[in-house]
Amino acid sequence: MNVLVILKMVPDVVEELEVAENGAALDVEAARMMLSESDDHALEEALLLKERLGGKVTVVALDAPDVDEALYTALAKGADRVVKIEGLDQPLTTSLAAAAVCEVLRTQPDLLPADLILTGAQAIDDLDGLMAPLVAHHLRLPYLGVITGVAADEAAKFATVVKEYSGGVRGEFEVPLPAVLGVQSAERPPRYVPVAKIRAVMKTGRIETAAAPVMADGGLALTEVLALNKPEEAGGAEILSGAPEEAAGKLCGVLAERGVL
Amino acid sequence: MHDPVAGTIAGVPAFLALWVATLLSLGLFGSRIWRYVKVLKTARPEVRWDHPGARLRLFIEHVLLQKKFVREPWIGLAHLVLFWSFVCYATTFWWNLIRGLFPALPLPYAEQIPAIGKWLEIFAVLGLAALAVAAVRRYVFTPERLVRSADASLILVLIAVVLSSYLAGALATSADAKRIAWWVHMFTVLGFLAYLPYSKHLHLLAAPFSVFFTALQRTGMPAPSDGAARREEFTWRQLFSGLACAECGRCDRSCPAFQSGYPLSPKDLMEHTKRAVRGENGGALLPPEALWSCMTCMACMERCMCFNEHLPLIIEMRRRLVVEGQVDGALQDALTKLNRYGNSFGSPARARTKWTQGLSVPVRDARKEAVEYLWFVGDYASFDPRVQPSTRALAKLLNAAKVDFGTLAEAEQNSGNDARRAGEEGLFEVLMEKNAAAIAKTRHRWIITSDPHSYHALKNEYHWTNGHSPVLHHSELLERLMGEGRLSVRRPLRGALTYHDPCYLGRYNGVYDAPRRVLTAIGARVEEMPRRREQSYCCGAGGGRIWMEDTVKVRERPAEARVREAASLGVDCLAVSCPKDLVMFQDAIKTTGLEGRLQVRELAELVAEACLAEA
Amino acid sequence: MSGNILVFAEHFRGALTEATFEALATGRELAGKLGRSLEAALLGSGCRDLAQQLGVAAKVHYVEHPALGDVTPDLYAEALSQLVRICTPRAVLVPLSNLTMGVGTLLAARLRAPGVNFCTAMDIQDGEIRVKAVLYGGKLEATVVPRGEPLVAGLWPGSRNPEEGKSTTPPSLIEDFRPQLPEKPQIRLKRYIEPEAGDVDIREQPVLVAVGRGIQSEENIALAEELAAALGGAVCGSRPVIDQGWLPLSRQVGKSGATVKPKMYLAVGISGAPEHLEGMRNAPLIVAVNTDPQAPIFRVAHYGIVGDALDVLPALTEAVRKRRQETHA
Repeated sequence: MNVLVILKMVPDVVEELEVAENGAALDVEAARMMLSESDDHALEEALLLKERLGGKVTVVALDAPDVDEALYTALAKGADRVVKIEGLDQPLTTSLAAAAVCEVLRTQPDLLPADLILTGAQAIDDLDGLMAPLVAHHLRLPYLGVITGVAADEAAKFATVVKEYSGGVRGEFEVPLPAVLGVQSAERPPRYVPVAKIRAVMKTGRIETAAAPVMADGGLALTEVLALNKPEEAGGAEILSGAPEEAAGKLCGVLAERGVL
Repeated sequence: MHDPVAGTIAGVPAFLALWVATLLSLGLFGSRIWRYVKVLKTARPEVRWDHPGARLRLFIEHVLLQKKFVREPWIGLAHLVLFWSFVCYATTFWWNLIRGLFPALPLPYAEQIPAIGKWLEIFAVLGLAALAVAAVRRYVFTPERLVRSADASLILVLIAVVLSSYLAGALATSADAKRIAWWVHMFTVLGFLAYLPYSKHLHLLAAPFSVFFTALQRTGMPAPSDGAARREEFTWRQLFSGLACAECGRCDRSCPAFQSGYPLSPKDLMEHTKRAVRGENGGALLPPEALWSCMTCMACMERCMCFNEHLPLIIEMRRRLVVEGQVDGALQDALTKLNRYGNSFGSPARARTKWTQGLSVPVRDARKEAVEYLWFVGDYASFDPRVQPSTRALAKLLNAAKVDFGTLAEAEQNSGNDARRAGEEGLFEVLMEKNAAAIAKTRHRWIITSDPHSYHALKNEYHWTNGHSPVLHHSELLERLMGEGRLSVRRPLRGALTYHDPCYLGRYNGVYDAPRRVLTAIGARVEEMPRRREQSYCCGAGGGRIWMEDTVKVRERPAEARVREAASLGVDCLAVSCPKDLVMFQDAIKTTGLEGRLQVRELAELVAEACLAEA
Repeated sequence: MSGNILVFAEHFRGALTEATFEALATGRELAGKLGRSLEAALLGSGCRDLAQQLGVAAKVHYVEHPALGDVTPDLYAEALSQLVRICTPRAVLVPLSNLTMGVGTLLAARLRAPGVNFCTAMDIQDGEIRVKAVLYGGKLEATVVPRGEPLVAGLWPGSRNPEEGKSTTPPSLIEDFRPQLPEKPQIRLKRYIEPEAGDVDIREQPVLVAVGRGIQSEENIALAEELAAALGGAVCGSRPVIDQGWLPLSRQVGKSGATVKPKMYLAVGISGAPEHLEGMRNAPLIVAVNTDPQAPIFRVAHYGIVGDALDVLPALTEAVRKRRQETHA
C-alpha cells in the first residue's frame, strides 16, 4: 500500500508569538516552527499501515524553518522517501500551500498515484481552509476528516476508517481508495525515535527537493488579514486570593450565593 | 602418621582412588568453568584491567581485609573468619592433594608441620563458630530476601564437614580414625570443588575477580552503546556479576523500588544473569516494567559485598528499549520536551530566568562577563515554583558573601544526566554539547550547582574540549564561605533536624560531610536517620522516574517511606540539598498526612534564614 | 445577489446541535446589521421536522436527498454549493465541528469563494464583513475581511450563547430544494461506535469537577471525586486525561467529547485550550484552579484560584462539608 503524507510546519505556541511590524502577520523570524501535531499523527498512522500491509510511505512537505529536522525524523521513523518543496515565500496560507503541493504531486514523477493521502485534520494556522479537503478538491479524490483509525486490505480498494464525532461517539466508514483523510489522532501515539537515530539519518538519509510551481494568480488570496493581535481579556476571572483554605472559604461563599451549595 | 594414600579403600588402591576422584572433580569443575569462560569470551569486550595498582589495593582492602563486609554486626566478622579459614584450608588442600597424588615427592603433608597443624586447628574451631553464627542468621533470623535454598544448606553442611573432619582427624588418637578423617576431608573438598561451579558458592572464586575488575569510577554507567537485550550483547563484566552473586539479598533489602512494591528485584536480575550465562534462559533478563522501575540510586551496588554491578545491566537494557522506541507516554513526552526545549517542563528557554524576577540581588549573565563562579542552576531550581524560593535564597547568600557569580541564563540546558540514565544516550550528547559549548565561551574558575544530578554529570561525565573547571555543590561552597567568614550566623537555628543524603551527591560522589557541617554551623543539631550516608534511601526521582507514571499500585512510594523515617526521629524538619528531593518530599508529606508535623527545607533556605540580614 | 446570510444547520442523530443555534444567533445579528434576512440550510434525508426549530431564520431551505442521510463532506459541499448558486447569500456560516469538518473548506473551494476558519465574532464595518478568528490555539486573534463573495465562515463553537439562536416560533417559510447528486455517496457510514456506557451522564450533572493534566496522576483524581461527591456532582476530564486512560471516554468534555452546561463547572489543572473550552464555556458559573495565572482558562472563568490542585481540592472539600454541616445544624 502506498501512502503519501503531507506535513506542515506551524509556529510553536510554547514560545512567545510576536506580531510583525505591519500588525497583520506573524513575525516569522521570531517564531520557532514545529511539525503540526495532527500531521505527526498522520505520519504515525501511515507508518502503522506500512507495518501491517507493507508498501511505502512517502512524505511531502513545504520548505519552512526546521522542516529538515521533521523530515529526517520521518525517515528515522521509517518513511521511505521525503520530498521538500522549495521556492515559495513564507508564510503561506493553507490554500496556497495545498495548491502548491498538489501541483508538485501532479508534475513530479513517482509521487502519484498513491493509494492513500494522509495529513492532519486541522492545524493551528489553518485560517483560510484545511489542507486535507483542499488537497482532495484539487486531486478530485474523496475526503473525510477527524479520522482516528484506518484499516485497509491488501488489494487497497477500500479503507475502513473511524471518524470521531462528539460526545465520545465515533463512526465507521467505508472509503473508496485512493482518498484523502484528515487524521485527528493515530491509533497509538506517535512513536519515539531516539536522538542518536535521527543524527545517524542526518548523515546517511536524503531529502529530495522539488521546485515549487509558479503560482499563476499570485495565490488564492480571497481574504485579507487586517490585523493580528493578542485577544482582548474580555472580563476574565475574579481571582480569589489567599492560602488554599482562605480561597476555598471565599469560593464557598460564592457557591452559596449562586445556589450551588 | 601412616601415609593415608597407602593401602586400599573399599578394596580399591587408595592412591588410585585419589587419582580418579581428583580427575573427576577437576574435570567437572574445569569443564563447567570453561563453559562460563567461553560465554564471557563471546560477550562484548570491556577494559577493566587499567590502573592495576589501584585495583590491587582494592583487592587487598575488600577481598583480603573484607573492609566493607566486616562492619556488619556478627556476620561481618564471621565471614572474615570463614574467608581466612577457606584460604588456609584451600592452600593446605592443594598441598596435600599434590603430595597424595605424587607420593614420591619429598614433601610432608601440611598438617605434619606443627605450626601449620596448629593454625588449621585454630581455624577449624573459629570457622565452626563462624559457621554457627551464619547458620543462626540464616535459619533463625532469616533476613528478608535471603532464600534458605537447598544449595545454601548443602554448602553450610559441606563446610562444616570439611572443618570438623580436619578437627576430628587432629583430635583422634587411632591411626584408623585419622585415616578415615583424612579421606572424608579430601573427598568432601573434591566434591565441593566439583559442585562449586553449580552453586551460589561460585562467588568464592568469582567475587575476588569481581573486586579486581570493578569500575574504578562508580557511576553505574556502561560505555556508550546501542544497548543490549541478548546475552552476547552485554559485556563480559556485566555478565560476570551474575556469576559472582552470592544470593544474599542485600540489594533487594536496600532497593527503594523493590521495597516499595515496584516490579524490580535487583537480586532477580542477578539470578537471571547467572542463568543466562549458564544458558538456562533465553537471555531475557528483566521485563520492561522492571527496567523502568529503577531509580538509579546505586544502593544495590553500594550494599553488594561481591561488587556486582546491577545498574549497568539495567541501563544497557533501557538503551535497547529506547532504540526500539519502546518508551511509554510520560517518559516519551519528557524526552521530547528535553530535546526541543532543553528542559523537561516544556517551558520556553526564555522562561528559565523567570526565577530572578523580583529578586533584590543581581544575577549576572556569564555569557556576557567573566565571573569567578559559574552557577549552573538546573531545571527544577529554575522552573519549579516549589524550588524557586531556595534558588533565590542561594542567590541572596552568594550576594551577601560577595561572591562573583553568574549563570548561563537562557542558554542553559538540562544537564542530560537523567536522560542518559533513562537510556537516551543521543539526547544526553546533544544536551552535553550545547551546555559544554555555552560553558566554553564563558570565563570562570569554578562551576557551582545546587542540583546533585547536574553536579554529577558536569563533574564526571561531561567531555570538555579545553580543560575542566572544578565543580562544587552549593553545600561545599557554603561550607567554604562560612569557613572563610564571608557568611556569618546571625540567628542560629536551634533545635534538631535531620538530613537526607541525595543519591547523586552522597553515594555517587562521596559528599556527606559538607552539608552536615553547614547545618551544624548554622546552629542545628543534626539527628541521623537509620538509613544515612551510603545507606541513604532514595526519594524516588532519579533515573528519569520523576517523569514517569506509576503503572502499578505500589505499597508506599520511596519518598513516603523516607518522610516517615524522618518523622519517626521526632524532629520537625527534614533538610535536603537537592531540588528534586525538595519536591518529592513535599508531595510525600501531603500524601502521608504529615503536614504540620514535618517540614522539608532546602539547605540554602536554612542558611539564608540563619545568615542573611533580611530573609 | 440576495445578500442574505445563510446558516448551515447541522444536526446529528435526529437533533440540531447547539453549534447550529450559536450560528443562527451570529447570523441573525449579522443579517440585522446588513439589513438583510437570515436563511438556514437544512440538509439531510427525512428530517424536515427539524426545520421547525429554526424559527430565528426567516426562511429555511430544506435540502432533501437520500445521499445526504449521513454527513459526507463532498456531497454536503456539493449540495450547498448548488443551493448557494440559487439563493446567492452574502455569507454562509458553517459550524466548525467534527461532524462537518471540511464542508466549509470544500464549499469555499468549489465556489472559488473566500473562506475563514476559527471565527469567534462577525461584524460589519464600512459595509464590509469583518471576522474575528482565533489562531495558534487561541494565542492570537486575526481580523479578516473577505475579498469576494460569498464568504464561507467556519464558526468556532462555544463563542456564542446558543439560547440566542433558539426560537419558540417556527420559521415563516420552509422551501424544499432537491440537489443534483449521485444516488449514493462514495463514502458510506457503516455503523456508529458508541462509547462505553458510563455509570454517569455528565451532561445531566448539576455540578462538574473537571480535571486536566494539572492533576498530575491518576490517584489524585480521588481528590476531585471527593469534592464532586461533597458538591453533589461528578468528575469529568479534558482530552489528555482521557487519552492517558485515567478517566473513561464517557467523561470527556470538549470538541470530541461532550458539551456540558452544569450549574457550576470547576476546571482543575486545565489550561483552557480551545478544544476544551468549546465543551463548557456556556456554563453559567465557571471556576478555574490552576498554578499558572496566565492560563487561558482564566479568561473564560468567572472565578479563579491560582494554586496547586493538590492543595486546593482538599481545602475546598473541607470547606464545602463544613458549610453543609452548618446549614443543616
